[in-house]
Amino acid sequence: MKRTLLSIALGAAVSVAAVTAASAGTLQDVKAKGFVQCGVSQGLPGFSNPDDKGNWTGIDVDLCRAVAAAIFGDANKVKFTPLSAKERFTALQSGEIDLLSRNTTWTATRDTALGLNFAGVNYYDGQGFMVRKSLGVTSAMQLNGAAICTNTGTTTELNVADFFRSHKMQYEVVAFEKADEVVKAYDEGRCDVYTTDRSGLAAQRLKLKNPDEHIVLPEIISKEPLGPVVRQGDDQWFDLVKWTLFAMVNAEELGVTSKNVDEMKKSNNPAIKRLRGVEGNFGENLGVSNAWAYNIIKQVGNYGESYDRNVGPKTPLGLARGLNALWNKGGIMYAPPIR
Amino acid sequence: MSAASEHAEAKVPLWNNPRVRALVSQTLLIAVLAWAFWTIFQNTVHNLEQRKIASGFGFLSTTAGFGINQVLFLEYTEASSYGKAFLAGLLNTLVLSFIGIIFATILGFIIGIMRLSHNWVISKLAAGYVEFFRNIPLLLQIFVWYNVVLKPLPGPRQSLEVAGVFINNRGVYSPKPLFTDAWWFVVFAFIAGLIGTWAVARWARKRQMETGQPFPVGWTALGLIIGLPLATYFIVSLVAGNPVHFDYPELKGFNYRGGMRIIPEFVAMLLALSIYTAAFIGEIVRAGIQAVSHGQTEAALALGLTRGQMLRLVVIPQAMRVIIPPLTSQYLNLTKNSSLAVAIAYPDLVAVGGTILNQTGQAIEIIGLWMLIYLSLSLATSAFMNWYNAKMRLVER
Ligand SMILES: N[C@@H](CCC(=O)N[C@@H](CS)C(=O)NCC(=O)O)C(=O)O
Repeated sequence: MKRTLLSIALGAAVSVAAVTAASAGTLQDVKAKGFVQCGVSQGLPGFSNPDDKGNWTGIDVDLCRAVAAAIFGDANKVKFTPLSAKERFTALQSGEIDLLSRNTTWTATRDTALGLNFAGVNYYDGQGFMVRKSLGVTSAMQLNGAAICTNTGTTTELNVADFFRSHKMQYEVVAFEKADEVVKAYDEGRCDVYTTDRSGLAAQRLKLKNPDEHIVLPEIISKEPLGPVVRQGDDQWFDLVKWTLFAMVNAEELGVTSKNVDEMKKSNNPAIKRLRGVEGNFGENLGVSNAWAYNIIKQVGNYGESYDRNVGPKTPLGLARGLNALWNKGGIMYAPPIR
Repeated sequence: MSAASEHAEAKVPLWNNPRVRALVSQTLLIAVLAWAFWTIFQNTVHNLEQRKIASGFGFLSTTAGFGINQVLFLEYTEASSYGKAFLAGLLNTLVLSFIGIIFATILGFIIGIMRLSHNWVISKLAAGYVEFFRNIPLLLQIFVWYNVVLKPLPGPRQSLEVAGVFINNRGVYSPKPLFTDAWWFVVFAFIAGLIGTWAVARWARKRQMETGQPFPVGWTALGLIIGLPLATYFIVSLVAGNPVHFDYPELKGFNYRGGMRIIPEFVAMLLALSIYTAAFIGEIVRAGIQAVSHGQTEAALALGLTRGQMLRLVVIPQAMRVIIPPLTSQYLNLTKNSSLAVAIAYPDLVAVGGTILNQTGQAIEIIGLWMLIYLSLSLATSAFMNWYNAKMRLVER
């Protein structure tokens, strides 16, 4: 008996000693297993939302698919892991997912203290407040003493504290872990106010019993640059995710869409030639095929297409392009050139 | 014979001496375990460093920056530290568990005794209660209670009012008593009542041992513990004016302000935890009472004790011996189950800790603290119940 105990202890000790930091080669790992494991929300229309057949759609989901298209030439080689706001970083740190694409705000702490890197911004957002019309409130400055429902583990709960503190107003925060619980509690009247990213308000509002009875107040109380996140210390993977997003934005700027990308092969524009993979070996430098950007655009579309399909004015969310328009169209969406 | 065995022992080489072998192997085991834990620790620190993940407990003194919707016994604001936020969460867990344990125990004893009733309806009711509540997952019950608490209640502006207490879907608001210094007289009277009761009980027991004369300790205790402070209160009121004032809740803007408040999340958690745990305690109580042999009851009645005396002096003390150990596990369960509070936004240790974990990214530290605290809570509860158990055992003898 004693001997078995001893050998178990010894074996465990040795195996632990042998475990080092997980291999840095996420791209190799992903290629070997044949799919990208992507962390998304538990259901936020427009960003990452499963339909009744379990097909995920949304602007964040498109980014996951674009990465898969760049690697495998097949945008469907993605598996999704739904995560609450609170779980998301641990899931990425521990290697449970390869990529976190879940309306996540880029902040200093998250970028520097969590062992993570933000690979760009795919939606520029800001935090807002939603209230019942019947309250007769027209400005966030009238919210003194309000009860506020929100998600825990978010920048949202910090911003709301900052806002009320700096305006010397009182409030009560009711912070739930699951987004659907927030919606339900607000709908039941537990709170006067629902606060989150304004895009999130537009999406979650659709889940209320009577969406028309609620309004979003005009104030934007924070900057919420939402973007994809990877583990720190794996530059190749970081580059690939970063340039996947840049390729989508560049494609829009160059007028390359999923519909015309095949004809564009004939284009004389050198920038399009490089994007299409006709000239240069940008794909190889990223560790994937030179048709990487072609595959992204063909199968997922450019940034504008993804935006319009998921969150744009013609969708239930109906969000105008605003800040997310290209830099030369009045917005701040800007990608470094592929050259 | 003895010389022969001595001789044999002397011949045994050191490595075959059982005592030496045991000593060596146990030392070795401890050394290997220590080394294993040290390696895990080193490895973790190394990995965290390599992955650029912050570590250490320094974050506990940095600014939290988030709000908590129930803070008891502390002054917590958004500008307070993470450490203080954690403490606020711990206090919320303690208060919820403590009150939950009291409610669950009272309800559990009622259910257990009901189940043994000779009245068919009452015993079946209790049986139904037990089967219903212990077979539905607790998390589900928490959600249901939260909805039951929230749904039917009106908003703050249409609050129900019962004797100065306002009830709405933001909670229960009652007047908050504020005490003047003269109130201390009442407090001292209460303490004096407690000490007096203890002395009387001691004296009465001694007298009964010696003379067999019983003394109505219960009524004396009532007089001392409630009557004495009450009388003091009236005298103080006459002399120095009413020592108690009330801060009344008032509807200001969106919600009530002032007074005392119980948040709906607390009510829902308390209902769910105590009703769920009472189902288990009911069964434990029933088993405990049934474990007292029938002969004991008959003997007690034959001696001329009343039914009440029989229960109080013969059955319950013996049943307690059987009840206490499993009751302890139920108390521990309730405390640990209170961590489900995060589901409905009650800011307990796990909810607040989780927020800190997420905002700082320091998972290992937070999880370490959680484990340490739940372990200490459990050990403290066990220690108390073991002490009580030992006491009950003496009574039986
Ligand atoms: N951008 C903020 C908030 C992100 C967040 O979690 N928002 C909520 C409310 S819009 C959400 O995504 N809920 C959906 C879900 O949890 O599945 C952050 O990164 O902290």
